Amino acid sequence: MQYINIGYGNLLLALILVGITLAVSLWQRLDLHGDLFIGTLRTFIQLTAVGYLLQVIFNLNRWYLVILALGIMLLVAAANAYRRQQERWPGLFFIMLLAIALGGIITLAIVIGIVLKVKPWYQPQYIIPIAGMIVGNAMIGAALAINRLTGEIKAHRGEIEAALSLGATAYLAVLPYLRSALRAAMLPTISTMMTVGIVQLPGMMSGQIIAGASPAAAVRYQVVVTYMVAAATALTTIMATLLAYRYYFTPNHQLKPPAQNNKT
Amino acid sequence: MGEAKFELNEVTLKRPGRNTAGNVTTVIILNRITTSFLKGKITAVLGPSGSGKSSLLRLLNRLEDPAAGRITLDGQDLKGLNIFTLRQRVGMVWQLPTLFPGTVLENISFGPRLRGISLSRARAKELILMVGLGTELLDRRADSLSIGQQQRVSLARTLANEPEVLLLDEPTSALDPTAAANILHLMVDLKSRLGLTIIFVTHILDQARQVADEVLFLHHGEIVEAAPAQQFFTAPQDPRSRLFLSGQLEG
Ligand SMILES: Nc1ncnc2c1ncn2[C@@H]1O[C@H](COP(=O)(O)OP(=O)(O)OP(=O)(O)O)[C@@H](O)[C@H]1O
Ligand SMILES: [Mg+2]
Repeated sequence: MQYINIGYGNLLLALILVGITLAVSLWQRLDLHGDLFIGTLRTFIQLTAVGYLLQVIFNLNRWYLVILALGIMLLVAAANAYRRQQERWPGLFFIMLLAIALGGIITLAIVIGIVLKVKPWYQPQYIIPIAGMIVGNAMIGAALAINRLTGEIKAHRGEIEAALSLGATAYLAVLPYLRSALRAAMLPTISTMMTVGIVQLPGMMSGQIIAGASPAAAVRYQVVVTYMVAAATALTTIMATLLAYRYYFTPNHQLKPPAQNNKT
Repeated sequence: MGEAKFELNEVTLKRPGRNTAGNVTTVIILNRITTSFLKGKITAVLGPSGSGKSSLLRLLNRLEDPAAGRITLDGQDLKGLNIFTLRQRVGMVWQLPTLFPGTVLENISFGPRLRGISLSRARAKELILMVGLGTELLDRRADSLSIGQQQRVSLARTLANEPEVLLLDEPTSALDPTAAANILHLMVDLKSRLGLTIIFVTHILDQARQVADEVLFLHHGEIVEAAPAQQFFTAPQDPRSRLFLSGQLEG
């Protein structure tokens, strides 16, 4: 089998696909053609830029460049998880960063060091795509968990204060809601584990197969990746919720009054 | 005059809130409250809606802290007491029932379990009977009860903690007249048998007349009158008290 390289000529031909999308938008008057135009352009520019950047990192093959790339990945992920919150407060960004970084790095170390035994560990070919998948999923998990926690606390102030008034610590009073936030954040990952391969072929596995890997080898990679995503989500969300819940309480185990926003 | 259980000295409570223009500011909820609640007595806290009655109870259980002033329990500053011990000693029952998911028995055992005590089923039965409910409710899910039943389970849950003080926020608001009368009897009983100090908020003047030894009357976060119940109902000193008793005071 031969691997078909996509050249710029092929890319131009791929615009046929954009044309189909455009036709649907115009035909049904979805008024999406403006966004579609920008989206088409951004996809090309962003991915090309990242491609060049990765090419540089791959060519130089230096551990500090890999660390730098991981650092940027973490910062962008934390900012994204923070931006998705219905309620933001000072410190939440750093909680996101800490949780994604710790959950991500621990999982990454296990995959790179123990499971794959990559040597040297910083080989960009492995660490960059794997870190990308880990951090991306950790980010989604953290964003989901904290949003859920905020909502649950808002909805259950009465129960939380009743528990406090009976002598519960803030942690015990909020525990049922920590649990439901964690469950909400982990459920998508777990349900993916149930249907993976049956309903959809994961992108990474498809990519490896196209690149010439045997399906059996690609599948083994995908199994590791699926387990790894679950672990990263679990670690990150538990850290994020355990760090974040404290914000809603005073040191004297009192539930702070609800946030007052200046907009009505 | 009896011995004071709680003493409040120049207590002011503020909360973030909105002014009339809709901007966020600090709102004064209770303004320089100085009073005491007598040990082993029933004090009724009266006042129009929004006068700060519930907020006052929250301060006594330290769900909130005052911005200024001092509160003591048996002569000790609340801030010097262990918060968990304080909350066990000063039980609170909420205006709206707030039971936890799970069975009635699990709800009633919540407080003791926090202290590593497992409440015996016999004691749970005793408590549920005390608040006028049947023991068959113990294994029901809390959210399957009527609001009135939930309100009484809340009371049983607080009593399971064996508090010295009971803070009751309109404990009969969801009850029929018979059940309400039962709760009033229970209050008098707890006071005389166990020497509990009871502070209870009510909208129903007749209830205060029946069981209260003392009355504290609040209006706009300030004390209008604090007096023995007998005196408050027969010879109110403040004109606002007289208006309130005749049902003419606005909130
Ligand atoms: N969570 C809160 N945040 C800000 N202000 C509040 C909050 N809860 C109550 N208030 C305000 O505090 C004041 C006192 O409220 P509180 O609930 O103590 O009154 P109340 O006397 O118990 O009234 P009611 O008889 O209606 O229960 C009111 O002006 C109310 O608007
Ligand atoms: Mg109230």
